[in-house]
Amino acid sequence: MTTTIAPKLLTSVQMAHFVSHGSLRLDAVVPPELNAEAVEVLRDGVRAAPHGTPATLAYPEGSFVRRLIELDELAGVLHSLVGPEPNIDHHAVHVRQPREGQAQPLHADAIIDVRSDAFDVQLMYYPSEVTLEMGGTLSVPGSHLRRTNESDTGRYQNLRGQSRLVCPAGTVVFMHHGLWHGGRRNDSDSPRYMFKIRFNPTVRQRRLWDTSDLHDPRVAAELDADFPWYEHATGRLERYNRVLLWRSLTGDEDFDLEHWVTRVSNRPRGAAA
Amino acid sequence: MSAPRPVPASTVRQRLLVLYLSTSALDSAVVGWAHYDGTGRTSPTTGDSEEPPYATGVAALCDGWRLIQAAQLIPPYPGHEYEVSYLKHEFFFEKLVDLGDGR
Repeated sequence: MTTTIAPKLLTSVQMAHFVSHGSLRLDAVVPPELNAEAVEVLRDGVRAAPHGTPATLAYPEGSFVRRLIELDELAGVLHSLVGPEPNIDHHAVHVRQPREGQAQPLHADAIIDVRSDAFDVQLMYYPSEVTLEMGGTLSVPGSHLRRTNESDTGRYQNLRGQSRLVCPAGTVVFMHHGLWHGGRRNDSDSPRYMFKIRFNPTVRQRRLWDTSDLHDPRVAAELDADFPWYEHATGRLERYNRVLLWRSLTGDEDFDLEHWVTRVSNRPRGAAA
Repeated sequence: MSAPRPVPASTVRQRLLVLYLSTSALDSAVVGWAHYDGTGRTSPTTGDSEEPPYATGVAALCDGWRLIQAAQLIPPYPGHEYEVSYLKHEFFFEKLVDLGDGR
């Protein structure tokens, strides 16, 4: 992937949005001609690559997927989140069949991941328009830092503020690998396609985006986002964990929101005069 | 000894409502919900509604749901005090429905 010069890097405000929400959505970012090609490509399937394959090897120059992820906007987001030359550890074409009767249980992909200084990113591409009836992906904003294991969250059918994806053709969602999500029941007469790739960073995820607005007050506002499904007290712990992730991403060990981390780290060692 | 009389098959079925609340108080706000229907008449599933069925746990009681289980308050494991995980304030309710002859 040609990401040495990433053309459209995220801003700090957008990165902060990703850190609080666990996803970034780009509507109709893929041009119609590529979407038209995608339907046939995805129907035929995309050749598997071993876990940990560099994206440039998994997707040869000129291939459909390579052209997709080299689109300016997508390459810029990928570079900002996982850096240059990421590996892929799997990809899959997900199809929600018409009238299939069941939704997926709410889940996070893979298993519990306790890394506080690294994360994988999943690209989810919808080549066709997704209506509410077609079973667009359900996701839960702000759930990505919860330490839960895969589909153990299946009991949670609905959470206040959940997102039921409805989008135009060519929409791409970048998702933190820990985000709770699931394919909803397709109550329409049309299949719903989605192509997903999981990217692993190969460099330290630190200041990989355009940091010129790092001190914009909107950064802290994004990081301080609340979500309607948070229990009141746990919502405070969510801020605590976001602060730790932002410190890791920026290298700024003094960053805080409302003193949440600083307060409980204060252990003066000096003796009183 | 006479043979035991056959027990008529029960026509009573359980409907379950699971509410997740903002605090451990039953009158706090609903933040999440799930339905399971033992009558088989409905098939609730993930992501099928946007608005909670009740504003609070007590509102469910007022509508005839019977509380059958409430989550305990368990201290965090030492060393894991700041971790976030599953929803803490989970309440199970039931309604018993008699299918009668129409099942």
